[in-house]
Amino acid sequence: MFWFLRRGIASLIMLWVIVTLVFMSIHFVPGDPVELLLSQDGGSADPATVQMIREDLGLNRPIVEQYVEKLKGLASFDLGRSMVDDSSVSAEIARRLPRTLELIGLAALISLVIGVPAGIYAALHTGRSFDRAASYVAGFAQGIPVFVLGTLLILVFSQMLKLTPAGGFVAFSQAPGRHMMLLLMPSLSIGIGLAAIVFRITRASTLEVLPLDYVRTARAKGLGDRRIVLHHILRNALIPVITIFALQIGSLLGGTVLVEYVFNWPGLSGMLVSGVNARDYPTVTGVILVISALFIGLNFLVDVLYGLTDPRVRK
Amino acid sequence: MSISETATKPGLSISDLNISFRNKDGWTSVVRSLGFDIAPGETVAIVGESGSGKSVTALSLLGLLPQQSTRIEGSIRLGDKELLSLSPKDLKALRGNEIAMIFQEPMTSLNPTMCIGEQIAESIIAHRGISKSEAKVEAIRLMEKVHIPSAARRYSEYPHQFSGGMRQRVMIAIALACKPALLIADEPTTALDVTIQAQVLNLIKELQEEEGMAVLFITHDMGVVAEVADRMVVMYRGDVVEEGTTTEIFANARHPYTKALLSAVPQLGSMSGSSDPQPFAIYDINTGLAAEASVLKSTVDTSEILLDVKDLSVRFPVQQTIFGKVTARVHAVENVSLTLARGETLAIVGESGSGKSTTGKLITGLLHPTAGKVEICGKPMRQDTRQSLSRSVQMIFQDPFASLNPRLTVGRAITEPLRIHKLASEKEQDEIAASLLTRVGLSPEIAKRYPHEFSGGQRQRICVARTLALKPSVIIADEAVSALDVSVKAQVVNLLLELQQEMQLGFIFISHDMAVVERISHRVAVMYLGEIVEIGPRAAIFSNPVHPYTRRLIEAVPVPDPSRRRDRHKITDSEIRSPVRPGDYVPPARTYREVSPGHLVQDAGPEWAA
Repeated sequence: MFWFLRRGIASLIMLWVIVTLVFMSIHFVPGDPVELLLSQDGGSADPATVQMIREDLGLNRPIVEQYVEKLKGLASFDLGRSMVDDSSVSAEIARRLPRTLELIGLAALISLVIGVPAGIYAALHTGRSFDRAASYVAGFAQGIPVFVLGTLLILVFSQMLKLTPAGGFVAFSQAPGRHMMLLLMPSLSIGIGLAAIVFRITRASTLEVLPLDYVRTARAKGLGDRRIVLHHILRNALIPVITIFALQIGSLLGGTVLVEYVFNWPGLSGMLVSGVNARDYPTVTGVILVISALFIGLNFLVDVLYGLTDPRVRK
Repeated sequence: MSISETATKPGLSISDLNISFRNKDGWTSVVRSLGFDIAPGETVAIVGESGSGKSVTALSLLGLLPQQSTRIEGSIRLGDKELLSLSPKDLKALRGNEIAMIFQEPMTSLNPTMCIGEQIAESIIAHRGISKSEAKVEAIRLMEKVHIPSAARRYSEYPHQFSGGMRQRVMIAIALACKPALLIADEPTTALDVTIQAQVLNLIKELQEEEGMAVLFITHDMGVVAEVADRMVVMYRGDVVEEGTTTEIFANARHPYTKALLSAVPQLGSMSGSSDPQPFAIYDINTGLAAEASVLKSTVDTSEILLDVKDLSVRFPVQQTIFGKVTARVHAVENVSLTLARGETLAIVGESGSGKSTTGKLITGLLHPTAGKVEICGKPMRQDTRQSLSRSVQMIFQDPFASLNPRLTVGRAITEPLRIHKLASEKEQDEIAASLLTRVGLSPEIAKRYPHEFSGGQRQRICVARTLALKPSVIIADEAVSALDVSVKAQVVNLLLELQQEMQLGFIFISHDMAVVERISHRVAVMYLGEIVEIGPRAAIFSNPVHPYTRRLIEAVPVPDPSRRRDRHKITDSEIRSPVRPGDYVPPARTYREVSPGHLVQDAGPEWAA
C-alpha cells in the first residue's frame, strides 16, 4: 500500500504547484490585465473603471494576501465570479463539466470496445485480411479531423437517414432517451479516432508479447487459447495501452471544443474558448484549474492501474 | 512411488523424424532422419551446438513449432499414441500433462504479471479439472517438493521476487504438475550459476527417480551430459552423428565431431602439474585429426606491475527515505586488492552478485570507486588521468551480438577507439584494421562488411581486434567466452593465449566457468559478495582450495566423466546470498593468512561454520 500513498501525496503536491503557477500567470502577463480587458476597442481605459475592477478582483491588495485568499477560495471550491456577467464560475463549471465528462466517457468506452478486441485479433492473425483491412480503416479514422467526421455523421444520420437529431443538448433528467441520442453522435466522432489509436497500440504491443518466453511456457502447459490470450498476453500487452490511452483522454479534457461546436454541445471546452475570447480571467483560470486537477487525478488513476496490472511497479 | 505405477508410464519412441522450415526460397531441412527411444525412468541427452536442431526437435515433440511454416515427417510415439497425427485439441490435452518442458531462460519464462502459485495451479486446473482451492493446495505441495522454502507464503509472490535458481524450480514444479510421462529439459541450467546448476540437476534426478518419468535432456554442455544422461545422441547441423550410452561415448567416441566436442570440454584437474596456461587441442571436424597444441613459453614478467589495485570499494544506494537517508546499499565491491604483472593472466571467478564484473569496470574507469585506488603502469587513476590511462586498459564483453554497433562496418568498429583518441589518419586506420583482422585470424577483406553477417565466434574475434587497436597492456575479458559454443570457445581462448605470447599482454579474465579459468590463468582470485575470499597461483587454488566457498564452487562444477558422478547428497539447497546490506552496515574487518607462497585465504567468518 505504500506506493499507493506515495503517488497520492505526489499528486497533491503537483496540484498545489499548478494552482500557484496559474495564480502567478495573471501577475506575469505583461501589462495590467484590467487595462488590457477594458482597452479592447482601441482607446485607453477609463482609470476609474480600472480602479473599480482591480478592487473587485482584489488586484490592489498585496500579492501574498491575494495568494492566501485564492487558496482559501479554492478550499471551498470558490473560483470567483465571471467578469462578463458576474455569474459564479464554480457554478457554471459544475453545470458544464458533467457534460464534457460524459462525452469523453462514452467516447472512451466506444474506443476501448472497438480498439482492444480488434487490436488483439489483428495481432493474433497478422497479415491476414482482417489485419490488413483494419489497419487501412484505422489509418483513415486517425487521419480524418473530428469536425469533418462530425459533419459527415450529421449529413448521413441526421439529414439523410433522419435517425438522430443534428445537435443540441437536453438534460438527462428532462428526456433521458433524447439526451442519449444527442450524446451519441459527438461521442462517436471522438471515439472513432480514439479507437484507431487504441487499435494500433494494442496490436503493436500484443505482437511484442506474443514471441516472449512466458507465452511459450503457457502453450507448453497445454492451456486453452482463451486463457493464454486473456491471462498471459492481454495483461502484459495492456500496460502501454493504458499509458497512451490516459494521455489521449487527458488531452481531450480541454480539447473537445471542435466537437462541442459542431454538435452545439455546451461543454467545458466551449466555456474555456469563450472565456479566452472575452478575456474573462476568472473563467479561464477556473477552467484551467479544473482541467489540471482532472488530469492529475487521471494520472493517479493510471498509476493505480499500473500497480494492479504489473506487480513490479508496486514498490 | 510404487513400482507398478512406474511401470505403467509409457516411453518415447522417435523414428525417421525429418523437420523442415519454410523460407522464401522453399523448404530448408533442419533435422534429418532422427531416431531414438527413451524408456520410462531413463535419461537421454541430445547434444549439439547452436544450429544442430536439438531445440527444434524438442519443440516438435510438443507440437509447438509454427504450423504454417514447418513440415514434420516421420513418427513420434508416446506409448501407443502417435503424436504427429493428433488433432490440435488432443495435442493441447497432452502438453503439460503427459509431456512437460522446462526452458533455458528462467528469468523470462514466467509471466511477470501473474503470481507464482497461480502459474503452477493453472496447469493443474487445465488438465485435472479440479477446483481452484484444491489446485492451490496441490501447487503448494509441488513448491515444497521442488524445495522452495516457505512455499505457502511464497505462493502469492511474483516472479521478480524470485532468484533465477528459484524460478527454475518453479518451472520444474509447473512441469511436474500432472506427473508427465516425459520431461523435456532444454538447457535448463545454462543460464544458472554453477552451484545453482548442481542443485537443479540434482532436483531433476531426484524427481525422476520418484516419478519414474522419461527425461529428454537438451544441452551443449558435456559436463552436464556426463552428470545426468544414461544415453546420448550427438547432433551436428540436423544430422545424428553418433548415438550410444554415455559411458561408451565418453570412453570411445568414434565420430570426429564428437571427439571435437569432447576435447573442447574443459576438464577440471587436467592442468595439474603445469603453472602456465595451455591452449585447447582443436579437432578438425572433417578429418577428426587434432591440431597439435603448442606448448607455450612462460610470459610472466613479475618485474613490471601493470595493475595495482588497493582496498577498492564501491557501494550503491538502493533504497532511501524521503529525506535522502540511505537505508540499504549494495556493497558491490569491498576492500579488493590485487596486482597484475606483465604477461600474466589473473582470473576473477565468482557467481552472480559477487562483484567480479564491477571490479572490472572500476579498473577500466567505467565506474568510480567509493574508496581505494587503481594504479595502471605505476600511474594512479584520477579524474584528469582517466582518459589517457584508459587507453592502456581495454575491455571485451560477454555478448558479441550486443557489443558491436550494427550500423558500423567491421573496419570502422575496430578503428573507432583510434578516432576517439585521435591517433590515426583515415588511411592509417584502414591499414590498422586490416592488420588487426589478420592478427585475430579473420580475412582483412571483411572490414567493409557489417556485424550481422558474422557468427558469434567471428564477432568475438572482431571485438578482440577492437580492443587491440589502442595497443593496450591490459585486457579485461568480462565473461568473454561464456556465450560461445564449446568448440568456438576453445578457439577464442587459444587466440587470447596466442596474443599474450606475442604481445605479453596482461589479462584480467572474469568468468564463472571454472574449467576455462583453469586453462587460461596464471593466478586466480575467488570473489564472494564483493570480497576476495581466496587468491593465489592457479595450481594452488585448484589443488588446494581452502576457503569453504572456493571448495563449494569447485565441487559444483560438473565433471565430464560419467564414471565419476558426484555424490548428490552433498549438495545443499542454499541460495547465493545478496550483497544488499542495511544503511548502517559496517563490513567486518577481514584477515587473510598465507597458506603457501602467494596463496592468500580470507579467514572464513562465522557464517561459514558448518
